[in-house]
Amino acid sequence: MADITLRALRKSYGGNEVVKGVDLSVPARSFLVILGPSGCGKSTLLRMIAGLEEITSGELTIGGERMNDKEPRERHCAMVFQNYALYPHMTVARNIAYPLEVAGVPRALRERRVRETAASVGLADYLERKPGQLSGGQRQRVAMARAMIREPRVFLFDEPLSNLDATLRVQMRLELRRLHQRLGVTSVLVTHDQTEAMTMADLLVVMNGGRIEQAGTPLEVYGRPASRFVASFIGTPPMNLVEAEIAPSGRLHTELGPLPIAVERIASGPVLLGVRPEHVLLATGPDNADLELPLELVEELGATRILHARLDGRGFAVATAPGLPFPPGATLLLRLDPSQLHLFGRADGRRIDAGLVRIGEQVPVAPTEAVAVPFR
Amino acid sequence: MDKRAWFRNTPLALALAAPQLLLVLLFFYWPSGAALYWAFTLEQPWGGGNVFVGLENFRTIFGDPLYWNSVGRSVVFALASTLLAMTLGMLLALAVDRRLKGHAGFRWALIWPYAIAAPAAGLAFRFLLSPEAGMIAYLNHSFPGLWNPIVNGWQAMLLIILAYSWKYVAYNFLFLLAGLQSIPKSVIEAAAMDGARPLRRMWDLQLPLLTPTIFFLLVVNLTDSFVDSFGIVDLTTEGGPNKATELLVYKIYFDGFKGLDYSGAAAQSIILMILVIALTFIQFRFVERRIHYS
Amino acid sequence: MIERTPILDIVTQLILLLGLVIALVPLWLVVVAASLNLQEVNTSPLPLLPGSHLIENLVSVWQRGDLGWKLFNSMLVATLVAAGKVFIAALTAFAIVFFRWPLRMLAFWAIFVTLMLPLEVRIVPTYAVAANALGPLQTILEVTGLARLWQLATGVELALEWNLLNSYTGLVLPLVATATGTFLYRQYFLTIPDELVEAARMDGAGPLRFFRDILLPLSRTNMAALATIMFLYAWNQYLWPLLVTTDRANYGTAVMQLRQLIPSMFSEPEWNIAMAGTLIVMAPPLLVVMLMQRWFVRGLVATEK
Ligand SMILES: Nc1ncnc2c1ncn2[C@@H]1O[C@H](COP(=O)(O)OP(=O)(O)OP(=O)(O)O)[C@@H](O)[C@H]1O
Ligand SMILES: [Mg+2]
Repeated sequence: MADITLRALRKSYGGNEVVKGVDLSVPARSFLVILGPSGCGKSTLLRMIAGLEEITSGELTIGGERMNDKEPRERHCAMVFQNYALYPHMTVARNIAYPLEVAGVPRALRERRVRETAASVGLADYLERKPGQLSGGQRQRVAMARAMIREPRVFLFDEPLSNLDATLRVQMRLELRRLHQRLGVTSVLVTHDQTEAMTMADLLVVMNGGRIEQAGTPLEVYGRPASRFVASFIGTPPMNLVEAEIAPSGRLHTELGPLPIAVERIASGPVLLGVRPEHVLLATGPDNADLELPLELVEELGATRILHARLDGRGFAVATAPGLPFPPGATLLLRLDPSQLHLFGRADGRRIDAGLVRIGEQVPVAPTEAVAVPFR
Repeated sequence: MDKRAWFRNTPLALALAAPQLLLVLLFFYWPSGAALYWAFTLEQPWGGGNVFVGLENFRTIFGDPLYWNSVGRSVVFALASTLLAMTLGMLLALAVDRRLKGHAGFRWALIWPYAIAAPAAGLAFRFLLSPEAGMIAYLNHSFPGLWNPIVNGWQAMLLIILAYSWKYVAYNFLFLLAGLQSIPKSVIEAAAMDGARPLRRMWDLQLPLLTPTIFFLLVVNLTDSFVDSFGIVDLTTEGGPNKATELLVYKIYFDGFKGLDYSGAAAQSIILMILVIALTFIQFRFVERRIHYS
Repeated sequence: MIERTPILDIVTQLILLLGLVIALVPLWLVVVAASLNLQEVNTSPLPLLPGSHLIENLVSVWQRGDLGWKLFNSMLVATLVAAGKVFIAALTAFAIVFFRWPLRMLAFWAIFVTLMLPLEVRIVPTYAVAANALGPLQTILEVTGLARLWQLATGVELALEWNLLNSYTGLVLPLVATATGTFLYRQYFLTIPDELVEAARMDGAGPLRFFRDILLPLSRTNMAALATIMFLYAWNQYLWPLLVTTDRANYGTAVMQLRQLIPSMFSEPEWNIAMAGTLIVMAPPLLVVMLMQRWFVRGLVATEK
């Protein structure tokens, strides 16, 4: 099992730079998920690790060894492609066996290994079929088996689940995690599905426009988004973002009105105030409400209920437990928890770490400084 | 196959299809029928129309050593030119598909010969490979009489094979390259990750995945070598020397239009039609198989 | 993909160079030979660089072979075939794909079958049809007895005749009577979503309007591709024009004219003139392929599959 490090990795197509300097280190045996919107360069980054794309500049090491100029076959990585890339004219057995066949493994050993591997992913009965005769989920397993049989140092997955239906996707998600626990092979998975990313990752990297926005554990990324982009990209419904000013007194004036909340240790100026729908509380009465907003719509999700307030054009969502019906047009009385608020620079969108307190209450213990990030 | 949303206007539909249907009836079905009629009848020498003679015309043809000569020459020509044009086309397609520097330019220029009319290619090769002038005539200075397609039948055959294949290399190249480029890139990449090097990938992936295209081209090449060779022969060897390059279509033309033996020519046409239909039929069976892959 | 294959790369380049030599050297030598004088062209080996008589030879062959007129004929025939094909095939495919009518499938197969037999293998009887395009009708009338009826009624013997020999019609029509284009269109029309037809009908467009305003504009690329290959196909025809035109002076095509350029065996062969003629005759299709390769390749691959 090998660790992977990327140092200032860049990739350009002609004059068009699509990966703009990525630094990352993936410890051995961990499961890294790269999450980002379409076209942000995730696949390109993965393919650079695989050796399918040239590295324009920077350095890539796997297991401590520089890999920039190594051929794919010398990197001992196995890859599962989004469309599985099975060999259409070969049987399932030969598809799985192909890496061993190329490596010159004797036939008897090859056949035994194919049987074992196929059995471990539940394909034992399909060995003589052609890929065209398999369902999407079965093809996915063939691709997995073909990757596993080589006992690679690194698994690379490019959106391996995106061609499956919703149920199967959830099931395969678990299977992939189980496989990772069993084999302990360093894995890098690319996806644009945040649930997939949150549930599978040991380490989560959020990319945007060819750069890393944030790297950390899923909970860190969720709990302390490093930028406005990450804040709105992760979480459903997304974080509510409201324009605000910090008055010289430290008090927060939002576009919805002044809040009885003050910011410590930060100069006054324009900011974005973020709060996740699930962290907005319903006030017990008008006297302890921080915000009053007209209710527009209610979405019932069963376990939770999303209340959508109107806020000239944009929405403001509140997640609550299901309960009594709210008539549309009712006024929502909302209360904010200062410890669950996020501030971002309005100009650069970066996170501002500041102490937020309810005016008149005691200053809380200073928030712990940046949680130790296990990579970097 | 069928569309759900369609118009219901039979007269209009008939009017739209009529021009093509009329043309097809007039220039395809009627002549084909006429060929059958002539093939089984014989014109009376002193007028009075045709009389039915059964298989007599075919018996005459099959009993004619000149016909068998023509069949033999045609088969040699078909196999050799197909083999040559396919092999070269395949090599070039595989090479261009490796996408080394400048491959787009190669692709552009390698297709040119296909644009050139067979008779023009024939005349050019007649000159380039002529015994007194052109490219290889100097061999005859050192070894007098070594190369002379004007008197040597097999050399004449070689000449038309080269001229004809020259054009079809480009054709095969074009189709094989299109076939190679329709193989998903990720399949090739997967094989590279699995450790297969380029030659191995060609052998294990590209060639097998190309079999439908190869098969299609084999049939087209064979068929075309029967039907599209007239221009080459007529401008290169004119069937000679001593009928060494008298291919089937050339013989039909001569028997029909120079010898005015319509019945004999029609019977030969029928045989050629059957041959071509058989080849096409085999191809359709494989077209069905091709669908299984995707 | 990162791959170090120096030897294979060299081999690849060598194959490509070899291919280029095979493809272009004959073309080049035609140009060279066309630029030499009579004595130079008959030296062996042939010089590899052009001489100074190109224009002179071109002018000479142009006059001797009446190539101006022959090229005009070729151009006319090829354009008519391409245009006719593009248009007629579109109509037919439209009728077959977008209409339901009795015998539709029969018509479809009747056209489809013609793909199997190229003109060359049924050349003799097709020639007979061209000699009298109304001959088939005449025969039908005779066999059914209608001709006799006509004669009894009018007192005039029925003799329908429409000779296509030595006419542009005769050169063009049989080449249009193939299924190639119909199938290109049909495959394309089948990919057009049903909703488009439904939407057009909701908007009150009749079939002809739909054809003109929606289908034809959508098919533009296919039409360009088809026109390109049909143009080449018609330009390069040899056997059919040879048969159907006995009046070579007026109706001969450029490719046919090559036959006249074969040097005589009994004097010093004028290969320079022959090659100059070859050059002129092959230039138009070559230009089409050089300049319109995208359409040409697309058309070829799409119609043959
Ligand atoms: N071969 C190429 N040539 C030029 N540009 C390319 C090439 N491959 C990718 N790109 C560009 O690089 C950018 C990143 O592409 P990439 O495939 O890595 O995106 P992605 O994050 O994987 O997106 P998706 O989620 O849609 O798969 C895109 O803007 C794409 O257009
Ligand atoms: Mg991608």
